[in-house]
Amino acid sequence: MTGSLKKMKTETALIAVCAADLVAFAALKVSPGFFAGIIGILALVMTGYLPVKLQAKLGSLAVLTLVFTLGFASKASGDIFFIGLIGILVVLIRTDRAPVWTKVLIGAAILLASIPFAGFKDTFLFELAIQIGIFAAMAMGLNVVVGMAGLLDMGYTAFFAIGAYTWGIFGSPQAHSFMAGHFPLNGNLMFLFMGLAVLATALTGIIIGLPALRLRGDYLAIVTLGLGEVIRVLANNMDHPVNITNGPQGITPVSRPDIGWFRSALSAIGVPLDARTDYQLFFYFLVLLVIGIVIVVNINLGKSKFGRAWVAIREDEIAARSMGIPMIKTKLYAFATGAAFSGAMGVIFAAQRTFVSPETFTMLQSTTILGMVVLGGMGSIEGAILGAASLTILNIDLLKGFSEYLNELKQGGTVIFGYHLSSLPSQLDPAKYERLVFGLVIIFMMIFRPTGLLPERRRKAEEAEDDDDIPEITETGKGGQS
Amino acid sequence: MKKYILVLVALTACLTFAQAQTIKIATQSPLSGGSGALGEQIKLGAQLAVEEAQPRFQKLGFKLELAAYDDQANPDTGVANANRIINDADIIGVVGHYNSGVAIPSSEVYARVNLVMVSPANTNPRITDRNMPDVNRICGRDDVQGPAGAEFAVKELKAKKIFVIHDKTAYGQGLAENFKARAIELGASVPNNAFVGTEEKSNFIPLITQILAYKPDLIYFGGIYDQIGAFAKQLNERGIKTPIMGGDGLDSSDYVRLAGPAAAANTYYTTVAGPVSVFPKAKAFVDSFKVKTGKTAEGFAVYAYDCANVILSATEAAIKSSGGKAPTRDAVTKAVRAVKLDGLTGSIEFDGKGDIKVANYYVLKVDASGDWGKNAILKTVAVPAPKLPAK
Amino acid sequence: MLDSLLSLLPQILFEGLLLGFVYAMIALGYTMVYGVLELINFAHSEIFMIGAVAGVEIFRSLSNIIHNGYLLLLVAIVVGGLVSGLVAIAMERFAYRPLRRRGTTNRLVPLITAVGVSFVLQDLVRLIEALWHNEFFLRMASVSDLEGSVTVLGIFIQYKSIVVIVVSLAMLAGLNLLVNKTRLGTAIRTVAQDMDTARLMGINPDRVVSSTFFIGGSLGGVAGVLFALQYTTISPYSGFLPGIKAFTAAVLGGIGNIPGAMVGGLVLGELETLAGTYLPTLTNGTIGTEYKDIIAFLVLILLLLFRPQGLLGQIVKEKV
Repeated sequence: MTGSLKKMKTETALIAVCAADLVAFAALKVSPGFFAGIIGILALVMTGYLPVKLQAKLGSLAVLTLVFTLGFASKASGDIFFIGLIGILVVLIRTDRAPVWTKVLIGAAILLASIPFAGFKDTFLFELAIQIGIFAAMAMGLNVVVGMAGLLDMGYTAFFAIGAYTWGIFGSPQAHSFMAGHFPLNGNLMFLFMGLAVLATALTGIIIGLPALRLRGDYLAIVTLGLGEVIRVLANNMDHPVNITNGPQGITPVSRPDIGWFRSALSAIGVPLDARTDYQLFFYFLVLLVIGIVIVVNINLGKSKFGRAWVAIREDEIAARSMGIPMIKTKLYAFATGAAFSGAMGVIFAAQRTFVSPETFTMLQSTTILGMVVLGGMGSIEGAILGAASLTILNIDLLKGFSEYLNELKQGGTVIFGYHLSSLPSQLDPAKYERLVFGLVIIFMMIFRPTGLLPERRRKAEEAEDDDDIPEITETGKGGQS
Repeated sequence: MKKYILVLVALTACLTFAQAQTIKIATQSPLSGGSGALGEQIKLGAQLAVEEAQPRFQKLGFKLELAAYDDQANPDTGVANANRIINDADIIGVVGHYNSGVAIPSSEVYARVNLVMVSPANTNPRITDRNMPDVNRICGRDDVQGPAGAEFAVKELKAKKIFVIHDKTAYGQGLAENFKARAIELGASVPNNAFVGTEEKSNFIPLITQILAYKPDLIYFGGIYDQIGAFAKQLNERGIKTPIMGGDGLDSSDYVRLAGPAAAANTYYTTVAGPVSVFPKAKAFVDSFKVKTGKTAEGFAVYAYDCANVILSATEAAIKSSGGKAPTRDAVTKAVRAVKLDGLTGSIEFDGKGDIKVANYYVLKVDASGDWGKNAILKTVAVPAPKLPAK
Repeated sequence: MLDSLLSLLPQILFEGLLLGFVYAMIALGYTMVYGVLELINFAHSEIFMIGAVAGVEIFRSLSNIIHNGYLLLLVAIVVGGLVSGLVAIAMERFAYRPLRRRGTTNRLVPLITAVGVSFVLQDLVRLIEALWHNEFFLRMASVSDLEGSVTVLGIFIQYKSIVVIVVSLAMLAGLNLLVNKTRLGTAIRTVAQDMDTARLMGINPDRVVSSTFFIGGSLGGVAGVLFALQYTTISPYSGFLPGIKAFTAAVLGGIGNIPGAMVGGLVLGELETLAGTYLPTLTNGTIGTEYKDIIAFLVLILLLLFRPQGLLGQIVKEKV
């Protein structure tokens, strides 16, 4: 199918894309809501896949950004437009030839204007964006470990927990229970603690990694899984004999930075903030900033001596060793880097939520982050972000939104094909089956597209080389079977 | 083009006016997982209240709906739901939660928009001790329930050596600690190695062996029925006849299902939600609950029904005082604190921090027949809510 | 209290033995699959859980028809083993075989797939039970003739505990015969040695892999039925912990090594029961029973550090 798309004339494609954009615009005017959002996303898909000229593509993206942003102004739920904006970002990243300034312009318009605008309409979208940001940063961290270095870490949430507790304990009265001093610490120290958490988690990563990284791949997976569980059990039990974590009661309230300056700065430019939006907007920008840093670090790491060594280990450990790459040191470096990202996000999580409890840091969460990396494409930075966005939206928005919608249909007495929806058992509520959906996503990705939605460029290149060999391999496979 | 848009705008406007404005009450309770049976009771209790009030609200010009959320007994899910709830402008109040560990972080989110929460079941003192204007509960507290259980255990059951188990949750551990402190004050002994927490759900043998060695007069459990059912069964199989005592977490007929009638029969529990049988006014509710849902109403359903009615009557008051306009969340939250309601569970009035002024605490014994409705009430005490500790 | 606990030592050792047999049977599933495919079948814990759920459902639906408890248990074991074995075959066929077909060399790919399979199975069982009985925790129905007990040498023994031991021993002995004395066993051992050579020898590796999954799966399923019988309560999520502990047991004995898995299971069962019982009293409540579940992980970590080949395993040179 892609082949026939490629053969399509650029003129025809141009007309199709323009028409789609126009229809999306019209749909938005006629009925601003879910339907218009779907048409907008269709137009976006066409923009992404049809062979239009670069200028037309960028123009179309700009138009669609406008469409989705205007969509938030309607009373309808903004989820679909939010998804559309994320889609535009993905297409933008994958448009290689586009000049940097256009990418920056459209990207900044979306991240700094459209999404905050949406957040003011519906603060849930802020929450969604912050959660995506936190998970994206963690997915990028895990991507260093799993994607680049090929070390399967299944207890990654342990580092997140350490970060969250580092600030949770000292940013709340909790620290009183085992040491003297003035607690909670001033909320502004949160930034300092982000640094401390990076150190603490990197150190923990090294302490755990030193023994664990001597193991072969699949043993490492189980050991890290166990360590993740150990950290959770410790957090849940370190309330006696000395109360350090407050055990299952959790820690609350955790202080946040003072944002008076942020409020006055924004009201100076004509954006008044209230209790619903002030911290949400602040944390949104903070998370954006951190993600920016993480991306820069990630890209540079990928290009560095270590980055190349990681890939070498991932591809063939024995060959890499015989080339003189110091195994333990290189692996430790990956492990510690990944851990550090997670630690910093833990601090933000604790402050944003103002509450830390052991129930957050489960194996399900570790696996979810792993699923994000796998879905996006192991080793691919933009893939990790897309994976985080997709699974977070799916988990806290789409499944729940679908449940709410079903519930409304049920109460409204809707009948589909003679079947009364109200008699649909509540056990079938889609929001209850996130594990099922995650599991299916992971299995299907592994079977049909193991390189992920946005494959790492290096792998993409390899795949193109391999293309010729593939039929041969399957031939012999079948021959052996018969 | 412009004309077309005008027509459309007019059309949508007509539709909006023709449609009554919607008001929603949300419930948040675990609808799946181990404590799903109890969470379902909370949802259905509130649902019945909403269905009964629908005609009244229709007359006022509003369409009343219930929005049920499943918090999965997990704080993260609860908070994510809470973020959705505060952005649904139609929702003017929340009935929930079941687990205190979920209610505490979720209520921080409701507080951002001053959305009222009325809890039928959260007993952890910290729920109201944070002194938030929008958080209320119509049930008792663990710092009364635990000690009340201890009084009964030491004075009536004459327990001298007690083995305490808790489930390592905010609710269970808090309750167990409150129980232990009072029991020790009253002269019972609970040494450190007889106060254990466990997340185990099936293999309780190591605990049972410890109990065999310690030979207590009573086993106290702070936690929820889904966990302790298997424990009671295994204890009974090994011929240990030591009575078990627990808190309101045991107050579900599912306990008997998991433990079996024989093992459950030797169980006492304190609860903040009296059994349906103590509320003479609840008879009609129980009957219509059975007809509408096909299930037998238990204590927490009645409490959830009352919670929803607290919010609904506050909403009606807010509508009246604003002259028939849609109520704001602030107005409803304020009105809830002023509510004086003669509910199914007794008279409901809140103090300054959101506790019900006088809460009832019950001590019950599980009936050997396995019929949860037949559980005998051994003691009932009415205790005024403790004041906030002085800072 | 310590004195009376010490006098209960025989009882504690017996309880540990029971748990150990269950772990050993689950561990065999991990070890067999690993031996043949070098894959940690992470979803094996769900195979165990499915067997337990099947057992509970048989007891629930047939206890009014079959009044003899032992006969009922026999039916439950056969059905539980079959269901689990078939699910294991289906899992291999639809999730792992496509990966092998593609010739994936990355070892992470099948492992991650296994995690996905595990999640899917958990929630499928949850969905089915929610629609069928609206229950999350399932309880094994009590049958009176399995409930009795005797006291031998001061050890309190339930009849059903004896059943657990007898059935496990029979299954373990049967497996040993099957692997060492039958054609299928020889084929399994050949494929485990070298899949390509086995193919040249006229063995169909796919069929051998399917059989391995079936045998390992049904052992896990029977273990599930016995677990549910012994500890009475089971839920769609209760496979995870026994699963991970059984994996530890497999590693403890040397993964890929069948007698090793049995020894590992027994050692771990004893260790966990002893630690869970004595730790609170020895440490005066500081380290309580709540740490029981991470003992397996600590054992695993220490073991992998100091003797990665396991108790009975041999050091295998990495293939280049």
